[in-house]
Amino acid sequence: MMKKVLAKCYLWLLLAMLYAPLLFIAVFSFTESKVLGSWTGFSTKLYQNLFTGGVSGGSALLAAVENTLLIALIAAAFSTVLGTVAAIGIHNLKGRKKQTVQFLNNIPMINPDIITGVSLFLLFVFLGVSQGYATVVLAHITFCTPYVVLSVLPKLSQMNPNIYEAALDLGATPAQALRKVLIPELRPGMISGFILAFTMSLDDFAVTFFTRGTVGLDTLSTYIYTDARKGGLTPELRPLMTIIFLLVLILLVVINIRQDRANKKVKR
Amino acid sequence: MVKRSTWSLPYVIFLVVFVVLPLLLIVLYAFQDGSGHFTLANIGRFFTDSDSLQTFALSIEVAIENTLICILLGYPAAWILANRNLNKSAVTVMLFIMPMWINALMRTLATAELFNVLGITLGKGTLLFGMVYDYIPFMVYPIYNILLKMDKSYAEAAEDLGATPWKVFWKVTVPLSMPGVMSGVLMVFMPTVSTFAISEFLTNNKIKLFGTIIQENINSSMWNYGAALAFIMLVIIGITTLFGNNDQAEAEGGLI
Repeated sequence: MMKKVLAKCYLWLLLAMLYAPLLFIAVFSFTESKVLGSWTGFSTKLYQNLFTGGVSGGSALLAAVENTLLIALIAAAFSTVLGTVAAIGIHNLKGRKKQTVQFLNNIPMINPDIITGVSLFLLFVFLGVSQGYATVVLAHITFCTPYVVLSVLPKLSQMNPNIYEAALDLGATPAQALRKVLIPELRPGMISGFILAFTMSLDDFAVTFFTRGTVGLDTLSTYIYTDARKGGLTPELRPLMTIIFLLVLILLVVINIRQDRANKKVKR
Repeated sequence: MVKRSTWSLPYVIFLVVFVVLPLLLIVLYAFQDGSGHFTLANIGRFFTDSDSLQTFALSIEVAIENTLICILLGYPAAWILANRNLNKSAVTVMLFIMPMWINALMRTLATAELFNVLGITLGKGTLLFGMVYDYIPFMVYPIYNILLKMDKSYAEAAEDLGATPWKVFWKVTVPLSMPGVMSGVLMVFMPTVSTFAISEFLTNNKIKLFGTIIQENINSSMWNYGAALAFIMLVIIGITTLFGNNDQAEAEGGLI
């Protein structure tokens, strides 16, 4: 009993440490004060500013959020297609060839962001490509795709290879067999790959920083970086952080409940 | 019918262009001078420049300290989370994983601001705290995962044979969970050495880590020296990966 109380205390202490800064930001998103930490009464003005693109740099902030989401969406979509096709190919490779491709696939995951960023920066310089939106998306696809490949591969090995052949024997064209048999089997892997790729892209800072060029393209990460270096932190960032925090929380709770239900179904 | 192994071809070409070639370019630029001639001067400059060497040593030091603190704080947490008698709630597990999903820059900034408001001077102490804060979920998660999957019968067998709980923990549980610790170390150590924005935020630009000097050189168009520093980092990654010798990807891949 004593042990249990101690264990619980330890967990909650660590969690308190992990969440204190986030809660602090959330609390001070409900006051108008420009300076963080001074409470000037309850107000939702910062939230209004954020959504109406009001005064202090709100519109630049909104543009950065838009870029972040759009880049993540495009990169995740491309990665899912490229990664799924690649996984089907890798699954059918054998021996040395298979090992080599899997090794190459692991490199972007092992490399720290800064290496990925610098190496791609040098590539674009070397090829003489002017950097901007397209290079950022390409860079994101580069570090997102391996996660899709790794999410889809297990589904391929779990799958019964005979169903696909059976579909062909029963007169389905390869395209039909792909659409009606293979894709539905791989869908869970593709979805978790997509979600992983999407969040990886949302989280990225270093790779974007090195591949965005000088055209003034900002994602949320690079916006925060530039903003913090200037000294003053845009107050509208506080409600934005709070909203993102809540969205992630809700998303994870939903995923959790769905998984719980799925597990219970299996048990029955 | 086309052989389906050829489906990997587009991705292989993609990997060669966007992964292999860029890494080769780091090596190429690292051993070139500004006009494209072969030189060892960039690498030599690193080993003779006391500033770079000091930054490098400090980065390794901070990374080692951060990794150790993450293990010391994270292992017990993972152990409690994976222990059915002590924790049954999936929500607590989720709360530990959730920070991994929130932009690290945002979390770091929040921490730095909190320190500011509390009147704590930013320096090495806050840097270490912030690093632990940022990276501990990446240590807890893989250890938790491996402890959860661990075959409990080993521990029970040891108990039946008369081992004390303490002995069971050190002789059975810890050795069996080492792969999880190793992937945690991989997910914490190298990223700590290579971060740049995080160290700037947490120390108010007072302390530079290795990532910061790479970034400064690349951004001020000193590509060759920047590439040389990145090359040194690549060598270290090669060594730590060999040393770790297990698939970090596996631990990360199971996030959902």
